[in-house]
Formats: sequence, C-alpha cells, structure tokens
Amino acid sequence: MAKVLYNEPSPLETKVISQRFGLEGSETLDVYLKTKGYEAFRKAKEMTPEAIIEEVKTSSLRGRGGAGFPTGLKWSFVPRTHPKPRVIVVNGDESEPGTCKDRLLIEYDPHQLIEGILIAGLAVDAHVGYIYIRGEYRYLIEKMDRALEEAYARGYLGDNVAGTGFKFDLYTHTGAGAYECGEETALLDSLEGKRGVPRMKPPFPAVAGAWAMPTLLNNVETFSSVPAIIRDGGAAYAALGTPKNGGTRLLCISGHVNKPGVYEVPLGFPMMKAINEIAGGVRGGKKLKAVVPGGSSCPILKAEECDVAMDYDTIAKIGSMMGSGGMVVLDEDTDMVGFALRIMRFYAHESCGWCIPCREGTTWLRKMLQRYYDGHGRKEDIDIIGEVSKNMLGRTFCALGDAAAMPTISIVEKFRDEFEKYLTRETVAV
Amino acid sequence: MTFSPQIEERFAKLLKRYPEGKTRSAVIPMLMYAQDETGAITKELIEEVAKRCGVTPLQVDEVVGYYSMMHRKPLGKFHVQVCTNISCLLVGGADLYEHAKKKLGIGHKEVTADGLISLEEVECMGACSWAPAVEINYDFHHHVTPERFDQLIAGLRDAGLRKAQ
Ligand SMILES: Cc1cc2nc3c(=O)[nH]c(=O)nc-3n(C[C@H](O)[C@H](O)[C@H](O)COP(=O)(O)O)c2cc1C
Ligand code: FES
Repeated sequence: MAKVLYNEPSPLETKVISQRFGLEGSETLDVYLKTKGYEAFRKAKEMTPEAIIEEVKTSSLRGRGGAGFPTGLKWSFVPRTHPKPRVIVVNGDESEPGTCKDRLLIEYDPHQLIEGILIAGLAVDAHVGYIYIRGEYRYLIEKMDRALEEAYARGYLGDNVAGTGFKFDLYTHTGAGAYECGEETALLDSLEGKRGVPRMKPPFPAVAGAWAMPTLLNNVETFSSVPAIIRDGGAAYAALGTPKNGGTRLLCISGHVNKPGVYEVPLGFPMMKAINEIAGGVRGGKKLKAVVPGGSSCPILKAEECDVAMDYDTIAKIGSMMGSGGMVVLDEDTDMVGFALRIMRFYAHESCGWCIPCREGTTWLRKMLQRYYDGHGRKEDIDIIGEVSKNMLGRTFCALGDAAAMPTISIVEKFRDEFEKYLTRETVAV
Repeated sequence: MTFSPQIEERFAKLLKRYPEGKTRSAVIPMLMYAQDETGAITKELIEEVAKRCGVTPLQVDEVVGYYSMMHRKPLGKFHVQVCTNISCLLVGGADLYEHAKKKLGIGHKEVTADGLISLEEVECMGACSWAPAVEINYDFHHHVTPERFDQLIAGLRDAGLRKAQ
C-alpha cells in the first residue's frame, strides 16, 4: 500500500536513499528489516574500521550538508585511539533557504539514518551519538524518538546492537531557532547548552569537538547514504554518479516550476532536464531567468548558464556550488532587487553577531538593499553593495559571511541592468 | 517550580543523556519543552533550569536571548508562523504574510487581544518545495493560499471557543 507523499515522485528519479519513501510503515523497524535493513551493519561488523572507511572513500560520497567535503576522508581524520571517547553528531539543523530534504529522510526512513550512524560508529570506534534537529521540526524529533525507542526495544541500539556485542547509544537533541547552529562548530556549542557561535579552527571537531572529544559530524543525508554504500559496495555507489561525485542526492526543487518537490537524482544529472522534465518546466509557460543551484548561499546562475551537469565539480567550475541541494527556480518576471533583499534580510537576521565583518556587513547590506528597493537608491550604491560583499569574503569567523556575500555579488554582477532600471522604477514587483 | 509528570520524566531523561558532568547540554531542550507548558520563559523558569542543570542563571539567560524560538513573553495559544524566505516569496509567501496581518489585525510577534493567536514572519522552515508554508505551533501547512489561511484561522477560533466552553 502506498502512503501519501508531499509531492508525486518522478519516473526519472534514481531511488537509493528514498527507496522506502511511500511504503506503508516505512518508518517502522519491521518494514526496514524486510527491505534489506541492517544487512549493511552486519557486513560492516565483519570489516575492519580501515576497510569501512576505504569503502566510503571508494564510493566518493561527499557531504550533503553544504560544503561537499569527501566523507571517507573526514572519517579518516577521527583519531580512533584517542584517550577520550569519540562522539558522533548528526546535523539535522536543515535551515539553508531552499532545503527541505533531511526532513523526509527522518520522517520516512529513520532506521536508515540509524544504521548509517551505527556504521560510522564502527568506523571511528564511537559508542554514542546525538542527532541535532532544528526546533521547528518538533514533529520530526518525536518521530525520531519513536524510531529510537523501537530500535532500543528490539535490540538495534544499546549494549548489544543486533546481537553483535557492539554498544551504541543514540539520542535526539532539539535546536531552538538559529540558522547559525547548522554551522558545525556553532552546532557543537549549541549542543553543549550555549549560544550558537562558531569556534576557532583548528582544532577541528574531528580532534576536539563536542565536549572537547573527537567528534564525527555529518549531515542527515550523508549518514543516510552509508547503508547502501556498505551493502552494495562503494564502487557500485560511485558508478551512479560522476568521477569524484559518487551516488545520488535529494534535490529540493522550489520556486517557479510546475511540479516543485524533492526528487532523488544521480550526481551529474543535467540541470535543465531536472527543471523541464522532473519539475515540469517553468510555470505559466514563462521563460527561465535564473537558478539558485544549492540553497540561498550559492551564487546565482543565469538561464544561459544552466545547461550543466549537476555535480560538485561542474557547478564549481561555473562559479557556484551544489550546496545543500536546494534548487530555486526563478522565472523571467522575478524582481532581482527584491530577491537580493530577501536573501540579505535573512543573513542579517541570522548572523550570530560574533564577528564584525559579518554582523556589520550583513546589516549594512540589508539597509542599502532595502533603501534601493524602497526607491531611494543611488547609482553608486550598486558598486558599494558589490564591494562591501566582496570585503566580507573570507574575512569572517565562519562561512555565514561568505554565504551572505556570494549570492549578493553574483546578483549585482549578473543583473546589474535590473538594479539600474530600478532607479527609474521600471521593474515588475515579485 | 513544578511541572507536569510528562515534563518531569523528560527532564530526568535529558539529564542522563549527555556525558558525565555535562548537564549544561540539557539547558536548551529543557527550556524548549518547559516553555510549551509555561507559555513563556520567566525569570523563575530560568532559575529553575539553572538549578537543575548545575549552571548559573546568567548562563541560561544568555541562551534565551540568542534563540529565536525562545520567548520571554507569552505568545498566543496558537502561534502562526508565516515564511517569507525565497522559495515561499516566489510563490506568494510575502503576500500571504500581508494577508495574515490584515486578517488577524496584528503585526510581527504580536498577539490578538483575546490571547488566542500570535503572528510571526519567519525564515525558511524547511518546506520550500511545498511553499508557501505556514507553521502553527508545531504543525506544518503546505501550499497555503489566502483562502486556505482563512480556513485555518477559522479552525483555530473554533478550537479556542471549544476550549473556553
Ligand atoms: C552558516 C552555515 C549554516 C550551515 N547549515 C547547515 C545545515 O543546516 N545542515 C547541514 O548539514 N550543514 C550545514 N552547514 C554545513 C556544516 O558546517 C557542515 O559542513 C556539515 O554539516 C558537514 O556535514 P557533511 O560533510 O555531511 O556535509 C552550514 C554551514 C554554515 C557555514
Ligand atoms: S523558503 Fe519558506 S520554507 Fe523554505
């Protein structure tokens, strides 16, 4: 029996981590066990930690949280013989505008996430983990707690995981409303009960993370991809994608398309095909103007730049990022000044205030863009907005400053004519 | 302070889930769950959480000032959050928020005179592909049109009346 999903799936999807979405009872351990659940964990239990990490490296899985760091390499940085115990932290803060996928992985397949975490536990010799979930997702925290309870009750967590003698405890931890807590070190401070401000690196979390213990931190989708990699082999997973960009990922398509939704595609999937064939094309028969390829922090792409394969390296080559998989589609009538303003309002609101270039930079950019939007802009403001943004790049404590600057620089450069037109108020409102 | 048995049970579990001596980690979850019951984070609650977690009241207070979901003043019984971030904006989120303000006669972070409903313009809440999105307390509503919004509000008012009777 099928269950109602938030959006209809597309026949063009390649379903690896979303395989169980739509199955009745997909969130239960019984359904999980009936659909190859825990095969990967049992296999991993027979492997050495080195072999598990090697398999993840072979898969060329890269972090799905934003930066796209190679997962196997990250796992290899965690010192397994450190005198302090290792901790696993799962980033379920999901707050990058345009992103709504971790939600589905927790809602529809929590046991896949648990199994991925357990395999990571074997790989870095950790015996405890925390799933940090944004506060707004209270219903998901409850769902995750129920899945954890079931796993404990049936012996898939606790002192003897799946009868193998491996010990692992796993808990949820609620956020309380702060985009910055998605940044890994701010998240760790938040987990420790503090304000979510970023930490100086080094030391990196792998060496001194949560409570100064060696910490492995990955995104929900990253961990959820691990069972398939171990079960079917790293090479098979890698082969789904393009070189150095293994596997599949959940693409969150939103904005001006006929069929917005979350769809699983292999890395390297053509962007225009995703827009036209999966998402049913631009609404109302309008023309495409631009695409934000991976969440609001990514430089925007003009329509003519969108004929690309979606993998980390190809998108990087054209000056943007795959980020968190949040693809926002803009039609020809979109007001780019209003769009840039809304992005900056967000970053100004979410800057944690810890470092000055970010706190002051985002605030002044917001004020300038607001003034511009209200019709009091001056021609020279266009350059000032670009320059202030460029001055923030690389000069902030964490990447929130870059996240605010990058889209702004790209919008001002690529849509300068619209800013100029705005001086005489000819642009159509959103 | 006394809480319901459910909250007490949750607190007891929270204090046990972090490594030895790291009970400060329970501060944020405790505040969030307690707030659901007390309606706001008062000085008394801050002191209570500080005592239970073994930290100073100031260490709790500074946290309250940082997180957007923590409130020092009571919200409405139903807290209506309208997202106007980019994905919602493109499909009518900003218009929906304007509509909400008019419909309810209140602005950002204000509460209706009867204390039933409060409104907040919020940032992306992870419903971008099913925008525009509204969250009422902890319940998500997707593809919300102004008409659908009005129905939701009527539902809240009915629920409020039933409670009052
Ligand atoms: C401001 C900011 C916000 C972030 N938000 C998130 C988030 O919500 N979820 C997430 O997984 N990663 C987020 N990240 C990235 C994390 O810092 C980190 O790189 C990631 O969680 C690592 O996991 P991965 O390697 O599996 O991607 C954010 C980074 C920054 C700078
Ligand atoms: S932009 Fe509104 S939910 Fe993401």
